[in-house]
Amino acid sequence: MTALHLEFDVAGNNFVSAGSASDEVKKTLKMLGVDAQFVRKVAIAMYEGEINMVIHAGGGKAAVDIYPDKIVIVLADHGPGIPDIELAMRDGYSTAPDAIRDLGFGAGMGLPNMKKYTDSMDIQSTVGKGTTVTMTVNFAA
Amino acid sequence: MDKSLHTVTLDRDKCKGCIACMKRCPTEAIRVRNGKAKVYYDRCIGCGECVRMCPHQAKLPAYDPLESIYKYKYRIAVPAPSLFGQFNNLDDVDLVLNALLELGFDDVFEVARGAELISEETRNLMRDGKLKKPIISSACPAVLELIMMRYHSLLSHVIDLVSPADVALRLAREKAESEGVPPEDIGVFFISPCPAKVYALKTGMGLDKPAADGVLSIGELYFKLLPVMSQLKDKPLKKLSKTGILGVRWAASGGESLGIYQNRYLAADGMENINNVLKAMEDGTLNYIDFVELGACPSGCVGGVLNVENPFVARVRIRALRDKLPPVANKLTDEKKDRSFYHWEVTPEAQDVYRLDSDLSVAIEKMQRIEAIYKTLPHLDCGGCGAPSCRAFAEDVARGETTLDMCSRR
Repeated sequence: MTALHLEFDVAGNNFVSAGSASDEVKKTLKMLGVDAQFVRKVAIAMYEGEINMVIHAGGGKAAVDIYPDKIVIVLADHGPGIPDIELAMRDGYSTAPDAIRDLGFGAGMGLPNMKKYTDSMDIQSTVGKGTTVTMTVNFAA
Repeated sequence: MDKSLHTVTLDRDKCKGCIACMKRCPTEAIRVRNGKAKVYYDRCIGCGECVRMCPHQAKLPAYDPLESIYKYKYRIAVPAPSLFGQFNNLDDVDLVLNALLELGFDDVFEVARGAELISEETRNLMRDGKLKKPIISSACPAVLELIMMRYHSLLSHVIDLVSPADVALRLAREKAESEGVPPEDIGVFFISPCPAKVYALKTGMGLDKPAADGVLSIGELYFKLLPVMSQLKDKPLKKLSKTGILGVRWAASGGESLGIYQNRYLAADGMENINNVLKAMEDGTLNYIDFVELGACPSGCVGGVLNVENPFVARVRIRALRDKLPPVANKLTDEKKDRSFYHWEVTPEAQDVYRLDSDLSVAIEKMQRIEAIYKTLPHLDCGGCGAPSCRAFAEDVARGETTLDMCSRR
């Protein structure tokens, strides 16, 4: 069968609408009857990813494919790229500007949390071109 | 128990089939079918938003009439603290409680007393440190139902305590029994600010069996209390109140949180705000907060649709009672109850009211059909089709509950 495919534009530098794509995905997963523990993992991982695109990349696109056994989320942006992915993955490492930190974001837990709450995560990034993060959450304990 | 009889009903003659209630229903439980508002009760949380919004007074909140108390020989009134916010210049809550006796009750027992006990048990549980944070209050039954329907992953955060009203109702009954009143003669009646509590108390949410013998409306009693209170005004009053201000302040948003004696709490009221808080909790962004108090009604229980007074005015009056009451008057040690007395006997379970199909593959196919239908719609959310939004209409079509030709704007 074909997957349920959803696409969202994530607006840059707009904290008011940030999280609306992950909200829609949460709502869809609940209607599909996906178990609450997986909905929560997706919610946390996708929200963090969406916020990252807003803070660092001036927005981007989210493409989501839902299968009977898993969800695949692809977050693609045309932002500055990540020079050192290993460093960016460390707990607490952040390049968020002070203005963003003052809003309570930028604690350096975004990427680590995305990895923690997904079953696989792949980051492809080219400095100056952009970043594509692909996350998968399996619907099985 | 049939929800339609205990949340809201419709006066079909008054309903014009406009879309006011449907557009505001926070759980999308209302459709306009054949020119009349129809509630899908499996989705109704009893919040009363439709009662508040209806321009034709066609939405009737359900409650028991005052006459129903006479089925019992010994009648006890158990008023919610929001009742005290309804009266202008109330110096003494005993004036209200004495007036209740004049209306036909044999005794009174304030819900605020139950609230003070629940506050203390909440503090004990928080000190034990075994609860999943942020802890969500279980006090608002509309919020509890919303979580059961929409936020399954947060159910484990809800504190497993019964409502202050249930505590008060059961203690009131026990007091009468200990005074020698035959159990079958005793009727305990909660006086409610909202339809969600009417439903919760009548069905005994969280309990093996309901603690209330009936649930009355603050609004109905208000007009009967007023003349009696003016008669009693200059007469000596019986000392009946046994609550402190801590319990009474539960009537307004933030009042319950004051009772935990800690600072990292969040208190939100109004359906839109509480939905936003619950969404943020799902996203894991509120993990540094200890306690979350959520009330479906604007300003908290004083905003319930069975009240008479504007919630902001009622709130001022509740606050003004601070000078008239002791800080706290009820302690767990006074009641000598096992801790289990304050805890749920039945744990409220997740409800799958939005689920498209029990088979995930089939559900995905249905969702694809919904997406395909949605793309052909005008995205005006005009409500003309009888559904609150184009998306809800697409869902209804896919579920076979309506047909595409109901949309006149395609």
